Amino acid sequence: MTALLEVEDLKVAYGKIEAVKGISFSVEAGQVVTLIGTNGAGKTTTLRTLSGLLKPLSGNITFDGKPLAGVPAHKIVAMGLAHSPEGRHIFPRLTITDNLRLGAYLRDDKDGIEKDIQRAYDLFPILGERRKQAAGTLSGGEQQMLAMGRALMSRPKLLMLDEPSMGLSPIMMQKIMETIVELKSQGTTILLVEQNAQAALSLADHGHVMEIGKVVLSGTGQDLLHDESVRKAYLGED
Amino acid sequence: MNELPQQLANGLILGAMYGLIAIGYTMVYGIVQLINFAHGEIFMIGGFGALTVHLMLPDGFSLAAAIPLMIIGGMICSVAVGTAAERFAYRPLRGAPRLAPLITAIGLSILLQQAVWKWYPDAKKDRSFPQFDGEPLSVLGANIQIGSLFVLVAAPICMLALGLFVNKTRSGRGMQATAQDPDTAKLMGINTDRIIVMAFAIGAAFAAIAAVGYGLHNGQVGFKMGFILGLKAFTAAVLGGIGNIYGAMLGGLVLGIAESLATGYIGDIPGMELFGGGAWKDVWAFSLLILVLLLRPQGLLGERVADRA
Ligand SMILES: Nc1ncnc2c1ncn2[C@@H]1O[C@H](COP(=O)(O)OP(=O)(O)OP(=O)(O)O)[C@@H](O)[C@H]1O
Ligand SMILES: [Mg+2]
Repeated sequence: MTALLEVEDLKVAYGKIEAVKGISFSVEAGQVVTLIGTNGAGKTTTLRTLSGLLKPLSGNITFDGKPLAGVPAHKIVAMGLAHSPEGRHIFPRLTITDNLRLGAYLRDDKDGIEKDIQRAYDLFPILGERRKQAAGTLSGGEQQMLAMGRALMSRPKLLMLDEPSMGLSPIMMQKIMETIVELKSQGTTILLVEQNAQAALSLADHGHVMEIGKVVLSGTGQDLLHDESVRKAYLGED
Repeated sequence: MNELPQQLANGLILGAMYGLIAIGYTMVYGIVQLINFAHGEIFMIGGFGALTVHLMLPDGFSLAAAIPLMIIGGMICSVAVGTAAERFAYRPLRGAPRLAPLITAIGLSILLQQAVWKWYPDAKKDRSFPQFDGEPLSVLGANIQIGSLFVLVAAPICMLALGLFVNKTRSGRGMQATAQDPDTAKLMGINTDRIIVMAFAIGAAFAAIAAVGYGLHNGQVGFKMGFILGLKAFTAAVLGGIGNIYGAMLGGLVLGIAESLATGYIGDIPGMELFGGGAWKDVWAFSLLILVLLLRPQGLLGERVADRA
């Protein structure tokens, strides 16, 4: 069986500066795979390239058996890849319900959409309570829930989450991580970018450590969690 | 004669025209942060499109029946020019420094004026636009020509339709999303290029309706008509809060009424006799803009930039 997502020797540059310098990894259906690494390692750049917002310099990306080269971002969503971006990027002046509806922009099954909106409210009850409110009035953690719920509204084959725990209180972070575990148990395939290596590795099937544009270490979540160099660099041990 | 109702009616007619044109500035700016200075010419071309349709109709065709056809003809011309400008002049410059599309817009505006001047038959002087016969209507003490009623009826219908489109349809939500965060809009599966074309097209269509209103009200159209009206409509868009569609209409009405009242009454103020009359009306309009920008830089209905994060 081939993987759902296959990335081979991907290079991405901003002008002359290469931010991703030839990385390869894959995500199998049903897995949670995490990319961890220091600031500026190229994690966000990688996700933005996968979702079509950035054009790769070279390399191959295959998703669900089809090459992604040259496919515009809005068509990649249609293929089943959803991206909850770093910094949440909810639409601040639209209501929570409208934000969720936008996640289902390409779907035509009205009843299914309404059901999935309800499912998002079940997953995150606070969103249901505030459904008519402008999304910009939500707290950071609530906005993160909305961003995740919105990404799920396209019923993706692969959900990419870029730093869902960024800037959240420990309790909120806990809640978000629990949600990821729950999504995983429902069979959602997830590519998770995290600064919080401990949390990410504990729940991931596979992990890749990135440093200045390269994958320097790969392994199962548990292996990496117990790897000495990882513990030193990312888990604050010496 | 009762002067105040008359001045208010004149102001409303003018303001509704400003507002309809201002929609085009505000929608395009809201989505691509581009001031489409050629929009005044897109309005002007709508007027010539409508006139052309009328000239092609057989003698004896009633004007009332011709108006829907003239609107369609004007819209086709305006929308064609507006979307072509987007596709061939502005889109290649996306991502370029702000000055590049701005200069392109000014160049395009001159080009369109000169093209009409040169190639439209007898357009070197103003061309007369069909007029309704019949006595002006008396409404609440104001006399309104039948032709001038057009824009007063069209403006609220257009605003209602636009409000429904933006808030109730999928494309409308896509448009709001694109205005707020274009990259994230793409992540929702929105074809933002199509949304941008849609914004140009709606703006152009509204400008064409305004142009029919202008022709019926003034009795003529000319290749220069888009210059000052475009500038005033842009002022209205800024006044109302650029990017906000209701602000554009509100800004238009406030500007139109203020201009009309200033023209009518400032000359009566002791010591201000010199400033009375129509010659000063543009001064009052732009003074109002400066005043509002000093007191409320975001415009009447605009949000502070900090809120738009
Ligand atoms: N728009 C841009 N223009 C130029 N350089 C950029 C741009 N965005 C990112 N970079 C550079 O590319 C490199 C990778 O950045 P990226 O955002 O992908 O890192 P990251 O791993 O997501 O970091 P963080 O954990 O801080 O989010 C960095 O050196 C960054 O400065
Ligand atoms: Mg990042």
